[in-house]
Amino acid sequence: MAALNLDNPVGVTRQPPRLMLAEPILTMRSVIRSYGDVRALAGVDATVYPGEVLGIVGESGSGKSTLLRMMNLEDTPDAGTYQLALPGQEDRNLFTLDRFERRMLRAHHIGIVYQNPHLGLLMNHTSSGNVAERLLIAGKRNFAELRERARESLDASEFPIERMDARPRELSGGMQQRVQLAKAIALEPAVLLLDEPTTGLDVSVQALVLDTLKRLQRDRKITMVLVSHDLGVIRTMADRVMVMRRGEVVEQGLADQIFQDPQHEYTQQLVHAKL
Amino acid sequence: MNVHVSTQASPAPVLRVEGLSKQFEMHHLRRTLFAFENIGFELGEGEFILLKGENGAGKSTLLRTLYRSYLPRAGHAYYHTKEGVIDLASAADVDIAVLRRREIGFVTQFLNARPRVAAEEIVAEPLRLAGMPHGQALSEARRWLAAFGVKPQLWPAYPSTFSGGEQQKVNLARALILPQRMLLLDEPTASLDRSARKALVERLAELKASGVAMIGVFHHPEDVAGLIDREIQLETIRIADEPDDVAE
Repeated sequence: MAALNLDNPVGVTRQPPRLMLAEPILTMRSVIRSYGDVRALAGVDATVYPGEVLGIVGESGSGKSTLLRMMNLEDTPDAGTYQLALPGQEDRNLFTLDRFERRMLRAHHIGIVYQNPHLGLLMNHTSSGNVAERLLIAGKRNFAELRERARESLDASEFPIERMDARPRELSGGMQQRVQLAKAIALEPAVLLLDEPTTGLDVSVQALVLDTLKRLQRDRKITMVLVSHDLGVIRTMADRVMVMRRGEVVEQGLADQIFQDPQHEYTQQLVHAKL
Repeated sequence: MNVHVSTQASPAPVLRVEGLSKQFEMHHLRRTLFAFENIGFELGEGEFILLKGENGAGKSTLLRTLYRSYLPRAGHAYYHTKEGVIDLASAADVDIAVLRRREIGFVTQFLNARPRVAAEEIVAEPLRLAGMPHGQALSEARRWLAAFGVKPQLWPAYPSTFSGGEQQKVNLARALILPQRMLLLDEPTASLDRSARKALVERLAELKASGVAMIGVFHHPEDVAGLIDREIQLETIRIADEPDDVAE
């Protein structure tokens, strides 16, 4: 009779062969980050492929939001490498970029939607102005073009265009998230980072925002990394799922496999707690 | 486990399964549940294999393992792609995701209905992902919804509000609209009315004639009697390990 090995469950640690049907757009290797005595990331590897949604789940303190901040180059790890496969750009460790280079890279190639709109938006500027601000940072200067592109981006995010000159502080939570989304996709980023984008929204509004994200992914093939503690959101959105605990990746797999046949004890607890 | 397969020379190979086994490690119970062991068979282009066995024999589990919704314990499932042979049992997740988009379909009776998405959009989605213009994909989707007997007034409605039978028709139309190279069929006719069953069997016959390889479980195998090339009999599941048998 086969023994049950709780430390090394089947399928979790194997290194499968690759036929190389797809090449990654984002690659992180051995990322370590400690804050004082707390090890937030303990040697994390992450790979994201073009057009997919990678879901990252885990309880509070698992390191999932820290990892997303690393992907957005908001923080520098103690060790590790980060590559984005961008056309015409040399293959280098993005963690070595200086502040200005990081800002330019973010402006052109990385979009982010935060759970808290105050982190992503200027609440006293107009909604269209918030989107235009991102275009300005990326070097766009023509006023008519700025306004037109802001309008297009807000429209793609299913924001009511007649309210494009309203300030985010005058908008509902769901609408604020749409403005963040419009800002994030204005320059068709290589990767869109979503940090608990629907947490705190009413269930009906949450469904609408998720539907918008699905449409964007389908129509524009935008690559997304979605962090959420809500397994329902991850199940609806993600193609692949990475499960984190205490700064480590305990399991990753296709979304249906993670939910139907979780291997690691922690993942089983997480999934069964939800179902 | 014994697997009885009537051997026959296969046409161009699509899938070769060797020693495939599946067990579930249930950590909270400290138990191992054996689903099937040492399965082996071959499936060629245009072939149709019927899986047989009692409830719990592992028929659906085998299909889900081939689709990689379940991870196998051991064995191989060599699948022939245009780019080369890939072992579905151990291939990287991203490769499996690519194959699912391009050539391996899973047809089940259950629809994972997304909120606020119309039936016709759900059915059209695989065509849109394959690059077909929206209008053309929608008109193709409506043709398939009609073929499966979904009333036109339901086409723009949200399937999350449909009855189980209507949801199943939407699901089948979506699953079969884009020709795949290999189809895994998990009781697709369960609870379908006669006209929808007829439409499904006609579509499967069409796909088989075009070279699509199929392996499936059917509640009423007589529905697809004319399509079956071979049968695989799975024997009943082994009893789960007792906790005392499991190493701590």
